[in-house]
Amino acid sequence: MSITRSFLDTPFVRRSNRLRTFITAAWLGWQIESNWADPFLFAIYSIVRPVTSVLILVVMYSVITNGALQEPIFAYIYLGNALYILVGQVITGVSWSVIDDREHYRTLRQLYTTPMDGYFYLMGRGVARLIIGLISVLITIGFGIIAFQLPISIGAINWPMLLASTILGVLSLAAIGMVVGSLTLMLARHFWSLGDAISGALYLFTGAIFPLDVLPAWLRPIGFAFPVTYWLELARRAILGPNAAKFPTLSGFSDLELTGILAAITLMLLVFSWFFYRWALHRAKENGIFDMETSY
Amino acid sequence: MLPAERVQKATGLRLFWYTIWARAYPRIIGSTREKSWLFFETVLPLMGTASYVFVYRAIGAPEAYTGFVVLGGAMTAFWLNVLWAMASQLYWDKDGGNLELYVVSPGPLMAILLGMAVGGILMTATRAVIILGVCSFLFNVSYQIASLPLLVLIFVVTMAALYGMGMMFASIFLAAGREAWHISNLLQEPIYLASGFYFPVKAMGFWIATFASVIPLTLGLDAMRQLIFAGDPTLGFLSVEVELIILLVLSVVFIYGAIKMLAKLEEIGRREGRLIERRR
Repeated sequence: MSITRSFLDTPFVRRSNRLRTFITAAWLGWQIESNWADPFLFAIYSIVRPVTSVLILVVMYSVITNGALQEPIFAYIYLGNALYILVGQVITGVSWSVIDDREHYRTLRQLYTTPMDGYFYLMGRGVARLIIGLISVLITIGFGIIAFQLPISIGAINWPMLLASTILGVLSLAAIGMVVGSLTLMLARHFWSLGDAISGALYLFTGAIFPLDVLPAWLRPIGFAFPVTYWLELARRAILGPNAAKFPTLSGFSDLELTGILAAITLMLLVFSWFFYRWALHRAKENGIFDMETSY
Repeated sequence: MLPAERVQKATGLRLFWYTIWARAYPRIIGSTREKSWLFFETVLPLMGTASYVFVYRAIGAPEAYTGFVVLGGAMTAFWLNVLWAMASQLYWDKDGGNLELYVVSPGPLMAILLGMAVGGILMTATRAVIILGVCSFLFNVSYQIASLPLLVLIFVVTMAALYGMGMMFASIFLAAGREAWHISNLLQEPIYLASGFYFPVKAMGFWIATFASVIPLTLGLDAMRQLIFAGDPTLGFLSVEVELIILLVLSVVFIYGAIKMLAKLEEIGRREGRLIERRR
């Protein structure tokens, strides 16, 4: 708490209710996510799942191509899957806070009697999973460089593009998470699988582990509607540089065009999530379901 | 006022039998009362399975691999059910206040676990059949079944071993407290990898496949693939007959282990007064 306290005590933060809410929620989220086990077990937990997830694809690829790991499509699949870790973590990190507080800890009512800002509280709760996700992404990519000689050179990475696209990508994911969390406020059933369902759909439609060209033509437009498609393409281009595999669906777009599209969708999602959250909160309170414990 | 009907008290095997069906009842009837679960429980794994099919298509895999993925994708439903609705169930029940009701009721805990398994298998089989049917239709998968009776036998024995393992895990997870949630999470992708849900387990090499054979789905899936996609040379870690014998042994070991562990946990829990304590 001492690090958090020093943030909270800075004059700039003290003046902003939203910033204080965000930082405190981030601290709370970290405590919940990490204090169930000792650090060693927690580290293993954070590493094993993403690495084995990517190994499934490595084995699938190797069985078919007899281990042709130097082909550009291998790096495409590997990096896509590694980066995709953030999608599930951020979306469910934000949306699951509602389930945790309402169903598990049964503190939602008490939380909303405080002067906090609910939108920034939920955003803050997602930070812990974002941090865990980022560590998993780095470990998975590092593992790929060492074990499978992914053609990545630290010096050749386009850092400004990677940072800009990742910030926009994470913001868009957090906005999607807010929408899912807002829906959860109004749902009595099936809320457990909502976040996973959304991230599962994005896995299929955004070209995370295969080029969009492989999808039937009538399904491809769905991928163009999601920011994840553009973020993954930009991040791959930034990390792999000229080694990035090019496929017809997105190769016609320049880096700047992709960034522009990503920024526009992110902005729209953030605005939409803000209004949607306020509407969902109002509906949940109006219908008397805001603090229900469904035990579903 | 009508005289109260005299209720015949069930004891012994009769009580065991009634308890099984009493616990299976909410799972079976619940799934028919609220149909909306079909959408959430089938569409989600369907999308994951479809993603792996498209990966194989992107790298130019033979069509047979689409069938391997579809069957593996359908079987993930059973693994997830064992993790989340068997192994973790007693922990959920403790958290929700049901465990104390089970403990004070005359029904044996083992019968309650068995009831959960029976209900779980029936409910999950529906889900698996839908995934299998929809994916087979969408991706035009063709099957060449070598022996239907043997296929059914392999499936039944695999389920016995798998849910026996789930019953055994239920005691371990209950003892693990809130770490149960994370253990369940941790046992998803690593098991998909080691058990060859999306590729023939033979590809993992002899030793990894041997170790992974402790999970009944490894051998069950391999045997089912051998029988459904007859003649494919990439299949067959062991022969179907050998895999069947090992699965039978695993069934006995896991169910016996479940009985022993549940008795031990109950004894320790009662002695230390922590069996139904919800704070852990």
